Amino acid sequence: MTGSFWRFTLLIASKDLRIEGRSREVLYTMGFSAALVVLVFSFALANATDPAQGPITAAGVLWAATLLTGTVALARVLDRERENEAIRSLLLSPVPRAAIYLGKLIATASLMLVVEILLAVLVGVLFSSAVFGHPVWLATVLALGTLGFASCGVVFSTALLRARSRDALLGALLFPIVIPVLLAASRATANLFDPLAPDLEPVAFWTRFLLATDVIYISLGLWVFEPIATGE
Amino acid sequence: MSQRSLRAARVCKSFGRQHALVDVSLAFAPGQVTCIVGPNGAGKTTLLGILATLVRPTSGEVLLGEEVLSATVRWSIGYLGHQPGVYPDLSARQNLRLFAALYAIPDAEARVDFLLERVDLATVRHDLPARAFSRGMLQRLALARALLHDPEILLFDEPSSALDPVGVRWLAEELCREREAGRLVILVTHDLDAAAQVSNHMVVLRRGRVAADQNSPAGFSAHEVRALYQEAVRDR
Repeated sequence: MTGSFWRFTLLIASKDLRIEGRSREVLYTMGFSAALVVLVFSFALANATDPAQGPITAAGVLWAATLLTGTVALARVLDRERENEAIRSLLLSPVPRAAIYLGKLIATASLMLVVEILLAVLVGVLFSSAVFGHPVWLATVLALGTLGFASCGVVFSTALLRARSRDALLGALLFPIVIPVLLAASRATANLFDPLAPDLEPVAFWTRFLLATDVIYISLGLWVFEPIATGE
Repeated sequence: MSQRSLRAARVCKSFGRQHALVDVSLAFAPGQVTCIVGPNGAGKTTLLGILATLVRPTSGEVLLGEEVLSATVRWSIGYLGHQPGVYPDLSARQNLRLFAALYAIPDAEARVDFLLERVDLATVRHDLPARAFSRGMLQRLALARALLHDPEILLFDEPSSALDPVGVRWLAEELCREREAGRLVILVTHDLDAAAQVSNHMVVLRRGRVAADQNSPAGFSAHEVRALYQEAVRDR
């Protein structure tokens, strides 16, 4: 991959982020949905008495909210390509299709990560969890989990670009595929939130698992994006 | 402007069992406006997609000069469809700047200024998003985007659909201007009168095959275009 490849990738990503920076519609929608999910879960689980389940619940809520808000981000970031058939202009340009895929992936993952910071704070406050006990590990798990989710999501969202009920279909198609990512991310996060955990060995294991899954998903995404985007 | 011609040689395209194009062989020369007409489902848009490198032919090839049309010649192609292909959340200038960067155009700002002037969008408020543009303004911006990298080939897919008569006339003038400049222009349209106004090469497609392929350096009259079309699509 040459320098111009990465220049194109960053151009695509910065275009999406600049548009979002101007409208902030995706961030507001994601933030609102995230806050709502965490609040509902915190009310529903207010009377839970088993303290051992606390970190597991907090991690589960964090990733359930990430799943929901990530789907919002995916739908909207790709929707911008559908309006006015802008995707066609992009596909007609000399930009490698792999750079378009990576640009979209970076933009989507960046938006998701911003909301995940808000989510982590909310989960920490409402579930009394030590979310920032291992900030570097948490950032790594969030980043890898988000990349794994978004790498599949961009492919499916592109495939559904011209589908009529794409919002409903996106979740139905995407969620089963990203189960390994969600399982690994929530297990690693639960271990991180657990103040009684003896060591971080399970976190390291799940992080390696996430890394391997990301490499596979991103490689597959790079491979299938072109035929999916062109409908060939 | 380069003087390479574009040639489709025995191009076929199938979608499953459905044959969209069958054995299509055509030649397009620079300085020529080719109008591709035909009934719905004749394969016009599929052919344009193949010429734009967006669709791969099932068999056959398309050559630009001696070079097989592939991703490497996308620099040489400008495309304008019935959808403008611009980002509605960006302004006209931001859209053109973005595509100038994607095409790595040197001295991009001067080129953007020139094209905004040419399509009469230079005086539009600089931060007005394209979402607020009228249909005519959007199509003018789309033309500027298609011309941004000074392509050898311009492909138009029903660009005047949903334009008002003033917009249609403006577009026809722009097409003639590009023809005079020596660009190779291919226009897919249903509008036979518009085709007669601008074309000096007519192609009629019918059920995926070339039913008529006629050159007329002096252009066609509306009557000639209609006669050619009716003869070509008549059931035999």
